[in-house]
Amino acid sequence: MRLSDRARTLPESGIRKFFELAEARDDVISLGVGEPDFSAPWTARTAAIDSLERGKTSYTANRGMAALRERIADHHERYDQSYDPGEEVLVTTGASEAVDLAFRALVDPGDTVAVHEPTYISYGPGIELAGGEQLTVPTRAADDFALTRESLEAAGAAEADVLVCCYPNNPTGATMTDEELAEVAAFCRDENLRVVADEIYAALTYGDDHASIATQPGMRERTVVVNGFSKAYAMTGLRLGYALGPADAVDAMNRIHQYTMLSAPTTPQYAAIEALDRCDDEVAEMVDEYDRRRRLVVSRFNEMGLDTFEPGGAFYAFPECGGDDEAFAEELLEAEGVAVVPGSVFGAGGEGHLRVSYATSMRELKEATDRIAAFVADR
Amino acid sequence: MDAEREVLDVLARNAREDIDDIAAQTGLDAAAVADAIDALEADGVVHGYQAVVDWDRVDEGKIRAVVEINVELDRETGYEQVADRIAKFPAVDALHLVSGDYDFAVEVLGENMQDVSEFISEQVAPMPAVTQTVTHYIMETYKDGGIRFEDGDDDDRLSVSP
Repeated sequence: MRLSDRARTLPESGIRKFFELAEARDDVISLGVGEPDFSAPWTARTAAIDSLERGKTSYTANRGMAALRERIADHHERYDQSYDPGEEVLVTTGASEAVDLAFRALVDPGDTVAVHEPTYISYGPGIELAGGEQLTVPTRAADDFALTRESLEAAGAAEADVLVCCYPNNPTGATMTDEELAEVAAFCRDENLRVVADEIYAALTYGDDHASIATQPGMRERTVVVNGFSKAYAMTGLRLGYALGPADAVDAMNRIHQYTMLSAPTTPQYAAIEALDRCDDEVAEMVDEYDRRRRLVVSRFNEMGLDTFEPGGAFYAFPECGGDDEAFAEELLEAEGVAVVPGSVFGAGGEGHLRVSYATSMRELKEATDRIAAFVADR
Repeated sequence: MDAEREVLDVLARNAREDIDDIAAQTGLDAAAVADAIDALEADGVVHGYQAVVDWDRVDEGKIRAVVEINVELDRETGYEQVADRIAKFPAVDALHLVSGDYDFAVEVLGENMQDVSEFISEQVAPMPAVTQTVTHYIMETYKDGGIRFEDGDDDDRLSVSP
């Protein structure tokens, strides 16, 4: 069948190759997984089951169930974010849909969207599908992969129309403080950039609470915040996310959403209501466990001589392996049966690094880091 | 959180963690972890370290029963005195004073059902303070010590994902 140019020219994800290499073996310990190793809290799952038993299988309102939107708005008070559940919240099919809708609602053909890298792999293709062009803003290991005014200026982001801001960051685990975000916010105000802030890992921070660029002065009206239930509540497969933003932006996103998705899936919305009502303690326990693993992994990589900065969020460490990270990852998989993702898959500035997910059991993390240490010693 | 609590949280999940790994997980140095463990033991917070065993999977395994015990107290005999006498039996694995319809919940570990029932009828029931016992044999254990008893892990996540 003849395919559209758009579809044919969309590049294959760089992660695919490592997925295939890892899947080809059955003795692999994988530190390459971008989702929690926990299951969704049981009480949230039972709410989903109950809803099915009661026959709740219809569409919901386009914007999502009102009861859920109210809880989402309440929940975000903890990040000093204040949104009207009636007009400023849109429930989506995963945060991925919210990111896609944000690009489609904010980007005109020919617009430039600045994206800091290394970062999650879906923004570039999303921008392309919306007709925009990506401008890459490399972040630096020397800054612990935080975005700075200097790096924005050096990359020419003053000419951009939109900035994507993903902190806590996948793949680096980097977080940004309010002070660091203030610089970026000032740049956005000065240069009139709007922001898509992907804050899907906001609940997974260690030490400092999550800081959002949307809470900087003058930023609320120019920012769409994306979040969801996948990471915090271990609900990746239930595909439920949401966007928060000024009413005009959320209304525009909803106009697209009502045709392309109609409404987010109903069953997970019931699970999400329960998650927000009753699962804070379970999230806190998961965060404590991630934190213990994070410390163990970071200290082990530093001990074996792969410099690793202390990541403040998400569930990734980003050790420096030096040189060709793809070759390192392939050889490591071959020699020791440990899968990691080469940093260069996540774009500029990721080369010479590895993304190591600690969303796996402590026992496996110990075994995997022992094997990596042996590999490094032999190399 | 203080150091002792952080160390306790790790040990409560896995008592086999060694001191260096606990240090790495908590960000404390190894000496501080060792001090915290000493203090937890000295203060009677940590009484011991045991494996969580599924006895059903052990050849010549053990049988477990939960026994409800009612007692009658008098001027000389309080719960403490009764508990002290019951706890001395090696077959008593756990002993709790509970609220509700009976006084003590006793977990008894024996070689077989006969062993347990003889212990209750010959050693526990005749005690002067004991007025009634009800023995519940445990038929199947699904979860113990916070750990689900099931086969293997069923991690069906994709091995590499973005």
